[in-house]
Amino acid sequence: MKKRKKIILAKPGLDGHDRGIQIVASALKEAGMDVVYLGLQQSPETIVETAVREKADVIAISVLTGSHLSVFGKIMEGLKKRGRTDILVTGGGIIPDEDQKKLNRLGVGKLFGPGTPLEEIVSYLESWKAPSP
Amino acid sequence: MKNKRGGSTDGRKIEAPGSYPFTRGIHPRMYLKRPWTIRQFAGFGTADETNERFKLLLKEGNLGLSVAFDMPTLMGLDSDAPNAEGEVGRCGVAIDSLKDVERLFRGIPLDRISTSMTINGPAIILFALYLAYAKKQGVSFRRLRGTLQNDILKEYIAQREWIFPPKPSLKLVVDVIEYCTRRVPQWNTVSISGYHIREAGSTAAQELAFTLADGMTYVEECLKRGLAIDAFAPRLSFFFNAHLNFLEEVAKFRAARRIWAKKMKNQYGARNKKSWLLRFHTQTAGCTLTRQQPENNIIRTAYEALSAVFGGTQSLHTNSMDEQLALPTEKAVRIALRTQQILRHEIGVTQAADPFGGSFVVEALTDELEEQAERFFRQIRKIGGVVAGIEKGFFQKEIAKSARRYQREIEQKKSIIVGVNAYLLEEEVPIPTLKIGSETERRQIRNLRQIRKTRNGRRVTLVLDRIRSAAEKGENVMEALIEAAEAYATLGEMVDALKSVYGTYRQRVFL
Repeated sequence: MKKRKKIILAKPGLDGHDRGIQIVASALKEAGMDVVYLGLQQSPETIVETAVREKADVIAISVLTGSHLSVFGKIMEGLKKRGRTDILVTGGGIIPDEDQKKLNRLGVGKLFGPGTPLEEIVSYLESWKAPSP
Repeated sequence: MKNKRGGSTDGRKIEAPGSYPFTRGIHPRMYLKRPWTIRQFAGFGTADETNERFKLLLKEGNLGLSVAFDMPTLMGLDSDAPNAEGEVGRCGVAIDSLKDVERLFRGIPLDRISTSMTINGPAIILFALYLAYAKKQGVSFRRLRGTLQNDILKEYIAQREWIFPPKPSLKLVVDVIEYCTRRVPQWNTVSISGYHIREAGSTAAQELAFTLADGMTYVEECLKRGLAIDAFAPRLSFFFNAHLNFLEEVAKFRAARRIWAKKMKNQYGARNKKSWLLRFHTQTAGCTLTRQQPENNIIRTAYEALSAVFGGTQSLHTNSMDEQLALPTEKAVRIALRTQQILRHEIGVTQAADPFGGSFVVEALTDELEEQAERFFRQIRKIGGVVAGIEKGFFQKEIAKSARRYQREIEQKKSIIVGVNAYLLEEEVPIPTLKIGSETERRQIRNLRQIRKTRNGRRVTLVLDRIRSAAEKGENVMEALIEAAEAYATLGEMVDALKSVYGTYRQRVFL
């Protein structure tokens, strides 16, 4: 049997606008994935630690305040330190295209802006496979 | 205009604008007497940068300022707090101490303008800082005009910018109201907000019901404190969202006025007519802006703004077309402002109060929304009131359910959103967006450390002790906070003093 994908969702930073991430969390659950939503004000360190401890396949975060470059950067660094670059880091929010490209170069996966159909996010995560070590 | 005398629809008498229960507006002549106030929300970077923007706005004829604070300030943190990193001055202005307030309003006489401050968790502290600066400018508190959002209930319900648990937070809201009633009589003490509830995904009926339920909770807390209803009620104000469903939105504003007037008069026994009036600010719905074909957002915003005007709003903020992409550019902000100016000057909507009064559909929608709100009030009462509802996750779950339904309808194309699920472009045409540097954070932290070094440290310890002791004794903490502000205690220090007595609120996730 295929193992259910485990997704860690979190909102880093101080912002509390969580309508988007809550909707995405329920859609992923409905699609049969194993979803853990950590809630608000999660530090990049906690997110990385939890993902490693919980044996997650994917980290997905939501950032709407403009602090995406530093937050994603810290998560990528944390995963590298632990040798866990096989975990997919993805997310969404108000992230300008230019910055999305910068983040993709750091190894961050696809990023989803407002108005993205849920189906697109679900199928992206369903079809994603960790690189073989 | 006939509507001064009222008329009848469906065999039923409808009242004239300006008469109880004010379904049709709070003035008989509405915008003929005074047009709505164009109040655009602004703030970024350091206090100096925002001060320049304010002066520009004042020069262009703006009489009202509206301050946007950055995330650390909204959460009661100093700019050098570890979890403030990367967020200083990003989506608003950073305020750490009286020094920043002095810079923010330098050259602006506080008795000549009105100031709106969008802040909740630490609202009482930012207000203390403002009052401390008024004292320094030699302006009597009695002459100060403005609005403090100070609506903590909707933070637990929707926006999630809290510090303390609900009960002490409510106590702080009442402290502000009590103090203003005695000392700052022209100040709007709370802006009871449905805006954020709607943005979090609620329906129009939920926005209406939850906001008014919050309002009634504040009223009841004030009555428990021993304040007379007519002493504080005229200074309660409201803040609603203008969403896409045009007729329903017009009806929502009308229903809000009617319900509030009835509650104030019949349930709380207010005798002063001013206590019955629901005065409100409106902002167009940020959540309806689309990332796709962003120019279309100009049109959405214009229609939303029109519903607020037909609904009789007292002031209005129109969003910029590019806010789903970044903070707005100067050009986008100007178009948003021009949208309101065109509304006011070119299309004649100021000529009649409540032009939809008597319309079968809008009257029926107004009645229906009132009934739905009443059903929610009964439900909220049954679960033990608003605070109990928050603790049980009632509001959070209700809103999340509506948000999911809204999204599902878009996914299934039951609701059409132009550019999102219909009329797509093969390739989106990018528009230029605003970039913000990280120099602000370093400068702000440098200034903050300078203040900590140069102020009288012994005095700061003393005033912080006074805050703690006032909080422990359950006294009104306003005076102690003003004194601390004058001693250049920082926002973070004052918050910590209160936290040591009140504790902090921890989120429970309801999924």
